[in-house]
Amino acid sequence: MEKAKANTGKNQEASTKKEVVIAIKGLKKSFGEKDVLKDINLELKKSENVVILGRSGTGKSVTIQCIVGLLKPDGGSLKVFGDEVEGMTATELKQLRIKIGFLFQSGALYDSMTVRENLEFPLTRVLKLKDQQEIDKRVEEALSSVGLLEAIDKLPSDLSGGMRKRAGLARTIIVNPEIILYDEPTTGLDPITSREISELILNIQKKYKTSSLIITHDMECARIAADRMLIMDEGSFIAEGSFASLHKSNNKVVEAFFKDIL
Amino acid sequence: MAEQVIIPGWKRWLENIGDQVEFFFNFLKNIFTGGFEWSEFVRQCYEIGYRSMMLVGITSFIMGVVLIVQLRPTLVNFGAASMLPKTLAASFIREIGPVIIAIICAGKIASSIGAELGSMKVTEQLDAMEVSGANPLQYLVVTRILATTLMVPILSVIGDVIGLFGGFLALNLRDNMSFSLYFTKVVSAVDFSDFFPAFIKTIFFGFAIGFVGCYKGFHSNKGTESVGIAANSAVVTASLWIFVIDAIAVQVTSLLFYK
Repeated sequence: MEKAKANTGKNQEASTKKEVVIAIKGLKKSFGEKDVLKDINLELKKSENVVILGRSGTGKSVTIQCIVGLLKPDGGSLKVFGDEVEGMTATELKQLRIKIGFLFQSGALYDSMTVRENLEFPLTRVLKLKDQQEIDKRVEEALSSVGLLEAIDKLPSDLSGGMRKRAGLARTIIVNPEIILYDEPTTGLDPITSREISELILNIQKKYKTSSLIITHDMECARIAADRMLIMDEGSFIAEGSFASLHKSNNKVVEAFFKDIL
Repeated sequence: MAEQVIIPGWKRWLENIGDQVEFFFNFLKNIFTGGFEWSEFVRQCYEIGYRSMMLVGITSFIMGVVLIVQLRPTLVNFGAASMLPKTLAASFIREIGPVIIAIICAGKIASSIGAELGSMKVTEQLDAMEVSGANPLQYLVVTRILATTLMVPILSVIGDVIGLFGGFLALNLRDNMSFSLYFTKVVSAVDFSDFFPAFIKTIFFGFAIGFVGCYKGFHSNKGTESVGIAANSAVVTASLWIFVIDAIAVQVTSLLFYK
């Protein structure tokens, strides 16, 4: 009986371990003399939306740039799908990046290409798809998911800020990533469009079963999209919990974020 | 408050050289690995070559006219007015055509590549390409450098022809020479040792223009100001490289062909 219990315990532990898609322990990153990340510890589980909240310059974007290998950490461990990112070969890093979608603050659409060509780019260059019918189908499906099918042949310069974010999101989800990293997805948008984007993030999580790290200052976005929240200050996390539990926190930094929330 | 680290100028210069060497080898590696972006290469050839043709044509035509107008009084004084076509052909094809056209291309193409890639960096498009698993070097750099390497020599040949035609028209403003006579004199003045080294050096000019433009754009900082700096420094550096390459080419040519 004891043995069975132990086995069950082991199975549960294995299953919990399996569910963690990103595991960060003691991550450090400095720029010159400035320590931007001092001690970052984070676990992102499968199909979970985690919001990272923090003031500007506290290291939120640096954290997600380390996850995709855009920046090299100075210390600590950073595992994605159980594999250490540090020391990955170029091919391994490329394979990893296919599984991770990244939505940039500006949308980062390629401005010499139409929306259609922007979406085709990862399909033809990364997934190496050749069948034009399949490419068209996936492009239209991704654009429908974000409600932007009518802008398929427009150039990024013809799109509004919200439409650019939607197009960027469509380009991110078109390769069916398992993890999506959102870098301030609602910054610079009006409250109505911000809400639409936040709801879109939630819908994408439900539809594609993605795990997401969302960096934001937008409390409405956090309220809508977060399963769990982390508050970052001075290069480390100072509080963790659900939106409701953090709302009751006595920590001054956390209180400052929730000050205007009813 | 962290103190700002001041890197000595010589160290920054050495780092820059190191970065350029690394960039060069990455460019070479990416030509042969991971598939070639033919459609982007053709698009760049059109953008770089076809769209520069008007500027190169007008400039070359004016240069041909100006050279004839400037040369004429001197040669007439020596009673050598009949040497005008030959003098123009030799100077234009050997030196003036390739260098002037390369400088014009540096101004138009290197700045445009530097500004384009610089603004792509500022707006995080390069990062977006990289994190998607695509290779920005292969798509953006290899295609642009190879397109300039191919198109600048072609533009140079076209510029030579237009410049010589401009010279013919200018000559006929004051004198009377048939086109067939002018053409015969031009062809007799230019042989393989004039045309071939000049053509080869335009390949290097084209490479330098593309390489410098891509390097400056790719390595610009992330502020909007850096786009202007990248464009400006691409033109200055590419122009300087054109003169350095020209000086080397003249030495090599004189050793090989005019012993």
